[in-house]
Amino acid sequence: MTLSQPAGGRPAPGGGVFSGLAARQSVPLVTALIVLFLFFGLSEPRFFRTYNLINILRNSSFLVIISLGQMLALIVGGFDLSVGAVVALASITSALTMVGLTPALPDQVLAVIALGVLAGLIVGGLVGLINGLCVALLKVPPFIVTLGTMSIATGIALYFTTGLPVYGLPEGFTHWFGRFKWLGLPVPIYISAVMVLSLWWLMNWTLLGRYIYAIGGNPHAARVSGIRVNLNTTLAYVICGLLAALTGILLTARVGTGEGTMGGELIMQSIAAAVIGGVSIGGGVGRVELVALGALFLTLVTNGMNLVKVESKLQTIVVGVILIAAVAVDQFRHRGREDYRP
Amino acid sequence: MLLRLQGLVKRFPGVTALNQVDLDLAAGEVHVLFGENGSGKSTLVNVVSGTYPRDGGSMELSGREIDSWNPQKARAAGISPVFQEFSLAPDLTVEENLFLGRERNRGGVLKKKEMRDQGRRALAELDFQVDPGARVGRLSRADQQMTEIAKALLQDVRVLILDEPTASLTERETARLFELIRRLKAKGVGIIYVSHRMAEIRHIGDRITILRDGHKIATVDSSRVTDQELVEMMTGRKIGMLFPRIDHRPGETVLEVQGLQAGERLSQVGFQVRKGEIVGLAGLAGGGKSAVVRTLFGLVRMTGGRIIHRGQEITSPRPAEMLKRGIFYLPSDRAAEGLALPRPVRENISMAALDTPLFSVKGLLKLRREGRQAEALSSRLQINPQSTEIPVRFLSGGNQQKVMLLRGLTRGSTIFLFDDPTVGIDVGAKKEVYNFLKALVEDEKAAVVLVSSELPELLNLCHRLYVVSQGRLTAEFSGPEITEENVLKAFFQVQRKNPQAPGEAPLPVL
Repeated sequence: MTLSQPAGGRPAPGGGVFSGLAARQSVPLVTALIVLFLFFGLSEPRFFRTYNLINILRNSSFLVIISLGQMLALIVGGFDLSVGAVVALASITSALTMVGLTPALPDQVLAVIALGVLAGLIVGGLVGLINGLCVALLKVPPFIVTLGTMSIATGIALYFTTGLPVYGLPEGFTHWFGRFKWLGLPVPIYISAVMVLSLWWLMNWTLLGRYIYAIGGNPHAARVSGIRVNLNTTLAYVICGLLAALTGILLTARVGTGEGTMGGELIMQSIAAAVIGGVSIGGGVGRVELVALGALFLTLVTNGMNLVKVESKLQTIVVGVILIAAVAVDQFRHRGREDYRP
Repeated sequence: MLLRLQGLVKRFPGVTALNQVDLDLAAGEVHVLFGENGSGKSTLVNVVSGTYPRDGGSMELSGREIDSWNPQKARAAGISPVFQEFSLAPDLTVEENLFLGRERNRGGVLKKKEMRDQGRRALAELDFQVDPGARVGRLSRADQQMTEIAKALLQDVRVLILDEPTASLTERETARLFELIRRLKAKGVGIIYVSHRMAEIRHIGDRITILRDGHKIATVDSSRVTDQELVEMMTGRKIGMLFPRIDHRPGETVLEVQGLQAGERLSQVGFQVRKGEIVGLAGLAGGGKSAVVRTLFGLVRMTGGRIIHRGQEITSPRPAEMLKRGIFYLPSDRAAEGLALPRPVRENISMAALDTPLFSVKGLLKLRREGRQAEALSSRLQINPQSTEIPVRFLSGGNQQKVMLLRGLTRGSTIFLFDDPTVGIDVGAKKEVYNFLKALVEDEKAAVVLVSSELPELLNLCHRLYVVSQGRLTAEFSGPEITEENVLKAFFQVQRKNPQAPGEAPLPVL
């Protein structure tokens, strides 16, 4: 055996991302999507109308973005309960910034909007940073950390607004980020598509993405391999916070007001979407494209239930059942495989 | 016969784990199950103890046919398994664990006094000196195992199953376990002993049944079979000498340690390592041999002393920095510190070298290059299965260890710190690890520090050997001085000086 010979060996059948593994994993989810699609379509003709299909895509775009963030927290081995509160905090931060700056800069609407968006993203990033630092450096369990920051962020959002909506957003903001359509599709759909592509690239082609997978797979092994575990864990939470803030900003534009009560339901929905997309709650496993499909699936369920007139309270129950079922299926799959080994 | 199995069959989806296996066990006999990982040993004991239902064949206990079988019935019939994964609750005391799941009670209220008396009697009978009120999680692995065995023996046991019982024990602890086995034999307990450690099965076993790929290959008298024959039956191929002859040609000193201190764990450790040699660290578990390399690599905090690498002093080592300097550490616990189990083989191979130009440029991965590298490397050590996209979780212990070895080749490292590199892998894989070490030293002129709890390994592979005890280097041997006798004497001398372990017998020669 000679160890120093240059790596030649067998010709490689391409790198990892080109393997059929991802395609195979997506089969059950895609099948479920198609079945659901046909089911709702056949039981309610309005489902197939263009405006409803666009509506589904638009509604799913918010969930897609926030679920991508949740996915990062899950893959790195934790999770993030504060995403919903970050949505609310980013909403009122960007709204208050824009409303406050408009009298000072009456002729520079673009600058006002840009600063408002930036302010929203900054608070989101900050919450993410606090989450990350507490998890990585102080070794507080993610459950406790993000439960705490959830309470803090919600508290701040409600304190500054006394619970009331923030009115008077610049028309340009609600127009460009909310109502505007390009080629018939609303802007949030494009933004979520860009986010899916960016995250896909981040997770598959960059060191940061690989480090996040490795840390989630085994933080001790990552450390022994010279990976900066604390830094990369923190970055995962920061990106998660940024994505939640982006979701909050887009929702603000859609609603037309800054809301301190926004996003509560997104905590569970984002976890559910990620898990439906095959993200392991144990960390280390999860694919961007499947999480996006998971979010689409969940939106489809909600939209379809609306059309066939299932009461909204019942819908919450359905989402809960789906979440538990998805995790149970995941666990069952793993257990089954381990038993096969004699 | 106490236990007789005939034509036992067990199938899992896609694999026949046991195919027409016969086995019998007499009272007072130690019957060893010997085979590589995946040969069916564990499946067999799981069928006997009722964890897996069998798909065919017959089982007889004391001449009575057994039909339906489950763990509860097996225990009630006197079959007690002690698995590698202990069934102990770490936060409960020894006493509480002894009665775990079958607490004496009246209408749901615990009879604490009765359990205490009975528990103490059981421990005394085994001559097991442990505080019955101690929390199990704080005990050494060996004491936990004794607790597990004591728990198994609390009820009337006729068949005791021990699954790789010495996997994490030191030689001294092993000696204690063997003493216990001898006493149980004398009481007429039949023991099924699963192992792939050559030395101990010859020492303790009466008969040996060799399994391979789910088939029974042979049952032999342990006194009438050679090591060579055993290994050949187990692997199905001529394995030749287990240990390769390594041609040490030491060059310049590349790593020097002076007065190394790590809190309470190490003090005044000093030694050098040269290019082209294997330096061994021997010692009992907990004596600090592993802490030496862990401190060097920056996993245990260094509180004093000097580390000099190629003339440069390293004041506070960190893993990332040590890797950059070409120093690679292979942890003893693959699952805990080595592998990202859900990730594919490819990513586990490249994991320690992602920041090098081989695998990335400016934070972007070179995925095709990585794929080719992983393929080429894994074909060099013949990792099975061949696909590098399978999560390492699905690989056997030996193949997982090969992934770890290959990781060491990705950075062009020149100094290798191996921490028990053959723990829990079968003989075939061991031989490959030894050949890997040989190639590192002879072809790459690498410097290797080998920490091991297997004495034969150190005796056969090392150019120089240090004995580590109570955080200090207590003896050094080189070349022909490295003999079993010398090393054991060094262990023993230290023990005599140690007032905490008085009057123990010399170690058995394994």
